[in-house]
Amino acid sequence: MPIFSYIVLSIALFSIGIVGVLTRRNAIIIFMSIELMLNAVNLMLVAFSKMHQNAAILAGDVSGTAGMDGQLFVFFIMVVAAAEVSVGLAIIVMMYRNIHSVDVNFLNRLKH
Amino acid sequence: MNIIQILFWFLSVLAIFSALMVITSKNPIYSVLWLIATFFAISGHYIMLNAQFLAIVNIIVYAGAIMVLFLFVIMLMNLNKETEPQKSRWLKIAGALAGGCLLLVLVAALKNSVTKEQFATVNEGSIGLIKNLGKELFTTYVVPFEISSVLFLSAMVGAVVIGKKE
Amino acid sequence: MNNVLQIVCLIPLLPLLGFLVNGLGRNYLSKTLIGWIGSGTILGSFILSVWVFMQVKEGNTHVAEYFNFIAVDKLVIPFALRIDQLTSLFLLIITGVGFLIHVYSVSYMHEEKPGHFGRYFSYLNLFVFSMLLLVMGDNFVIMFIGWEGVGLCSYLLIGYWFKKQEYNKAANKAFIMNRVGDLAFLIALFWIIAKIGSVSFADVFAAENLAKLTQTDITVITLLLFVGATGKSAQIPLYTWLPDAMAGPTPVSALIHAATMVTAGIYMIARSHVLYNMAPLTMNVVTYTGLATALLAATIALKQNDIKKVLAYSTVSQLGFMFLALGTGAYVAAVFHVMTHAFFKALLFLGSGSVIHAMGGEQDIRNMGGLRKKLGITFWTFVIGCVAIAGIPPFSGFFSKDAILLSAFEKSPLLYGVALFTALLTAFYMFRLLFITFTGKFRGTEEQAHHLHESPLTMTLPLIILAILSIVGGWVGVPELISEGGDKLSAFLAPAVASVPQEHPVSHSEEYFLMGLSTGLVLLAILAAWLMFRNYQRKEASGLGKLLENKWYVDELYEAMIVQPLHKLGGIFKSIVDPKLVDGLVNGVGRAVNYGSRQLRLLQSGQVGSYVLLMVLSIVLIFTIQFFLRK
Repeated sequence: MPIFSYIVLSIALFSIGIVGVLTRRNAIIIFMSIELMLNAVNLMLVAFSKMHQNAAILAGDVSGTAGMDGQLFVFFIMVVAAAEVSVGLAIIVMMYRNIHSVDVNFLNRLKH
Repeated sequence: MNIIQILFWFLSVLAIFSALMVITSKNPIYSVLWLIATFFAISGHYIMLNAQFLAIVNIIVYAGAIMVLFLFVIMLMNLNKETEPQKSRWLKIAGALAGGCLLLVLVAALKNSVTKEQFATVNEGSIGLIKNLGKELFTTYVVPFEISSVLFLSAMVGAVVIGKKE
Repeated sequence: MNNVLQIVCLIPLLPLLGFLVNGLGRNYLSKTLIGWIGSGTILGSFILSVWVFMQVKEGNTHVAEYFNFIAVDKLVIPFALRIDQLTSLFLLIITGVGFLIHVYSVSYMHEEKPGHFGRYFSYLNLFVFSMLLLVMGDNFVIMFIGWEGVGLCSYLLIGYWFKKQEYNKAANKAFIMNRVGDLAFLIALFWIIAKIGSVSFADVFAAENLAKLTQTDITVITLLLFVGATGKSAQIPLYTWLPDAMAGPTPVSALIHAATMVTAGIYMIARSHVLYNMAPLTMNVVTYTGLATALLAATIALKQNDIKKVLAYSTVSQLGFMFLALGTGAYVAAVFHVMTHAFFKALLFLGSGSVIHAMGGEQDIRNMGGLRKKLGITFWTFVIGCVAIAGIPPFSGFFSKDAILLSAFEKSPLLYGVALFTALLTAFYMFRLLFITFTGKFRGTEEQAHHLHESPLTMTLPLIILAILSIVGGWVGVPELISEGGDKLSAFLAPAVASVPQEHPVSHSEEYFLMGLSTGLVLLAILAAWLMFRNYQRKEASGLGKLLENKWYVDELYEAMIVQPLHKLGGIFKSIVDPKLVDGLVNGVGRAVNYGSRQLRLLQSGQVGSYVLLMVLSIVLIFTIQFFLRK
């Protein structure tokens, strides 16, 4: 498939994630939208990784490791995302425990 | 239209549709389930791009572990359609417009890029296999790999400290 | 002549050195040492000036360039000193009279504390330095530096006893009035730079450069320079500072406000005579301003009771005479009068200083009288000064005043009439002063009578020397009529400045007649003064006398016409413009910022969603600019 199809797909998913962050008040949904954005980026990275590998094979490098960096980046992003989710969910749980809601509009302490 | 193109469009439509369902569902549980569907679609894309290891990890870590965690939390708080807070209509439209603008701008910006004509197709490439990835991971990327384990440890400690009842 | 260069620059540098040493060491040096340094440096300058005079007499004139004072693009102003006939004559007057006055000051100021004594002498030396710079400068800028310097020293010395508020006011008055004139001088300077592109005398007065100027240019420049001269030389309308300047110590009045600084305007016009010869309109203005000042000041002097005020108005009047001479083109006569006036007016001031010294600070002549017996030397030298200023042959004042009167007559008999009348007034008020002070009965207190004493030698010696000069000083300018080749001054000054020959020269018989007329009338005036004031009794003035005693109310007029409106304007600024406009503007800015931030604060809702929305919109904006607008 042309790389542009993957680009458009990734941007679409990313934008949907942004719209989710902008339109929802539920902290958990916002969090899930952020995960969606992360996955959009992951998809992009993998597609580019494949693209570079194709280019290398066309240039004659059959057994090379070209493009592998992209996949490793995705791997690390997953690692960080997993850590982030565990902490983030812990924060949301604590917030729910304190104000009995997951509505981010209650979190306007920045104003004061 | 060959099988690859059919698969690509199917997975793409599935991913976008389920992503839209994630952000539009009133019930948080449905959102989580649609997000899992999105992840499966993305994993399908990974397989098509010869990233077999990542596809599996995506399903295990995201769809399995992380989304289960989300489900647990939502059920713990007993969130449902009735308790779901809603933004005003105008804010929703503004948010949708802003996101749409971003989409348009990015696509328009990248439309004429030089890499546009390149391809990413199913091929005999083997870099996505666990054997090759693992070799690279434990040689070139061994330091970040070890640091990520420290990150996990600190995240674990953090989650416990935050979640602890005082 | 390389050594000339070095020696010439020593003339102003010596007083500058004295100023620095005395000024910086005023708290450490003894009064004797300060006196020696102050007088010694001036004596050194005087000796060098005599040497320079000899050189110039042989026909050696020099322009000594030291360094570039200002060099901007095409405008190059060198720091250059000029030695020619006019300069060397002024050098002799300044350093000679200056030295005598320094010596005199040592005794006169001996009661001052050492610190103030040193301050006094450092100011005096600085003044001499500035004055030397003024007359030695080879261009208008160096002249202007000296011009400002003497103004500053005048201010400092008038306000020397700074603890008295009224003295400070007098100093301010002198300084501010001088500023008015200085501003005009400065504008003239810029005008010259703009039109000619150089300020050195040689360039400005060169025929090909003068051709660049239109008649309007010349008239405006000369008028502006003349306004500058009226400030410095106390002419109408800027003369009122000079009588008030008598607040300073008497030797200062003698040196600055009689002999030297006030003649700076005459020097400047004599120096720029090439320009003035081309501006008949300005010449007329100079003539009539000088005449009016001479007459006005003389009438005021008739009724003054402060010994120094009489002399001050007399100075203004004599300066008016000099300007009259300048206006009629008799530059040599003006410079001649500057010289003789420096002698006899310094003598009179120092004599009055001696009287004040003897009277323990008393300056009101109504409280004096009969001082002749106790102050012999002072009396006789004072008599010589009075005779000299009155213009009786063969005393110096006669020759210079006669030259001026003659030039006035050649211009128009009417001018001569008024000038002669003023000269009679001069003789009358000077002898009035003399008789009231020195004859009759003593009218002061017992204590003062007991205290009366002749001044010490250091004070009387300068008096005697100046008295001799007042007698013989005029002999360098004896009219050709009386002795062939007697007018040595004209011959000496001829290369630097020459009088304009008149269209209708007077015949010999006319000249004799005029001399006899003026001398006879002056003698009559003296006789009248003797009859009226030999036994002076105090009485209240009335009518015209009161008007004169109050100086024609000119000060009051200035107060009402200039000072009060300015005060009112200041009041308006204070009560309306400042609080409403300035404060309103400043506070308005503050209020606008306050209001703006109050509105902007609403953006800071604390809602994360709104922040994210703004962030996304900003990203869209940045991408749009980056990819589509920036080609």
